[in-house]
Amino acid sequence: MSFLVLVPTKRVPDTDGVIRVVPGELDVDTSHLSFVINPFDAIAVEEALRLRERRDDVEVVVVGIGGEAYEDELRTALAMGADRAIRVDAAEPLDPWNVAGILAELARRLGPRLVLMGKQAVDDDSAQTGQFLAAQLGWPQATFASRIDDSEHGAEVARETDYGIETLSVTWPAVITADLRLNEPRYASLPGILAARGKPIEEMSLEELGIEIEPRVELVGLQQVSSQRTGRRLENVTELLQCLRENTELF
Amino acid sequence: MHVLVLAEHDGDRLRAGTTAALGFARRLADGDGDQVTCLVLGDSLATVADDAATFGPVLVASHADLAEPLADRWAEVTAGVMRSESADILLGASSTFSRDILGRAGGLLGGAMASDVTGFHRDGGHLVWQRPMYAGAVTASVVLHGNPLIVTVRPTAAEPPERSSPPASITPVEIDLGRLPTSTGHLGLDGRPSHRPDVTEARVVVSGGRGLKTTEDFERLVGGLADRFDGATGSSRALVDAGLAPNDLQVGQTGKVVAPELYIAVGISGAVQHLAGMKNSRVIVAVNSDPHAPIFEVADYGIVGDLYDIVPEMIRQLDAD
Repeated sequence: MSFLVLVPTKRVPDTDGVIRVVPGELDVDTSHLSFVINPFDAIAVEEALRLRERRDDVEVVVVGIGGEAYEDELRTALAMGADRAIRVDAAEPLDPWNVAGILAELARRLGPRLVLMGKQAVDDDSAQTGQFLAAQLGWPQATFASRIDDSEHGAEVARETDYGIETLSVTWPAVITADLRLNEPRYASLPGILAARGKPIEEMSLEELGIEIEPRVELVGLQQVSSQRTGRRLENVTELLQCLRENTELF
Repeated sequence: MHVLVLAEHDGDRLRAGTTAALGFARRLADGDGDQVTCLVLGDSLATVADDAATFGPVLVASHADLAEPLADRWAEVTAGVMRSESADILLGASSTFSRDILGRAGGLLGGAMASDVTGFHRDGGHLVWQRPMYAGAVTASVVLHGNPLIVTVRPTAAEPPERSSPPASITPVEIDLGRLPTSTGHLGLDGRPSHRPDVTEARVVVSGGRGLKTTEDFERLVGGLADRFDGATGSSRALVDAGLAPNDLQVGQTGKVVAPELYIAVGISGAVQHLAGMKNSRVIVAVNSDPHAPIFEVADYGIVGDLYDIVPEMIRQLDAD
């Protein structure tokens, strides 16, 4: 039996894009934005590929949950080297609870030994889905991983915490979420891109999975944030320290 | 309404983020019969429980098997207490601790969760939560559907409550050891010893970015300036990426969020991901050689110039005082 690694990926606006709220709507203007695999999910794809390079029984399956547009990002993951892809057809946006529910059902059907995903998506910044999924499955979790040393029965995982690097052991099956320093994702090579064209993207419906969406998070307002600062330019350090003396209580 | 706040602590005292979350909880639970309880988990908790009790009633779950904050065990106990107390809201400070443990507890409690909340208001019978999205470029207002609600709160969203005298009650919690998961183990914590305060707790934060060339320069200039204020050091993601600063100093969307009295950005261009972590600081100073760097747009004061000239001059003038 192969060691299946499931890698959920989210489609998000490129972080270099300027985010603007559509006036009067509960949405941001996506017309000028390009989309990418959530950067932390790309790190998870990369780590799954490295795991496959270390051991010979690994199969890497990437998952996207959303409309047909997701196929671009799944194709990118296939071009990086993932073995196959699944798109669960669903209307967005979905909150983390419902995404976790879909992933949990996929995990029950596919039997992965590891679900490897980004620690957060850079659009809603919730950082919840991996933990929800681990809880729903009753699996161990290691969040914010910066190093994964796998063995037959589990892994030692270094985690980035506010107080330094914590090392955990987890047994398979497990959920691990990727932090920035885990690796640097590869670019898809030309042969990879060509090979990806021949790889399957399986489509599944929520009905097939027996899932009904039960919203937990309802968006009721969206407001643009702008800076109120004056950005006063000062000529030298003396002037700066004078301003700080007058406007802070630190001296 | 009963709000339960999960304590993040160092074995002796509550962390500053938790005391702020307690302040936020008081604002939520401000009606007759409303209740705020602090839940403290760990091992050998007498000192930290005493500290927590100066803010209000405390529940303590103490056992050797809870000595380390392993998410699966701590979430199991926390969710169990939420159920047995019939609490309405589980609250914690935004931190790697809460994202890990409250996230999992949220998964056990039905997933009605909002992260990094900065405020709330009441609209009819609903609580409406404000939280940043897209690295803080927009603020979303969300209503959560479910019970209980799980919320992590930016430490900058509230002040700690007054300490009361005499302290409130401390009540032990029964732990069902048979239910504790055992498939995760703690192997160690490689803490970075520092004589400086934590970046989220300091009144002054000096952060360095790509303008710094070496680790030694970071320590001498960013660290040196921070020490003049008894402040903390922070860094941009670029500097962490380059291996010049440790990750736990990273300020920004995927790092820590700070709002000190004074934030000095040294050689930081001001990518939106960095601004997400510091733009609510009270006074912001930017030092950068590029006059068009976006950091100047969120700064109160800026000096355009070479940080290798300006920072030593700042240190010299502060020492001369």
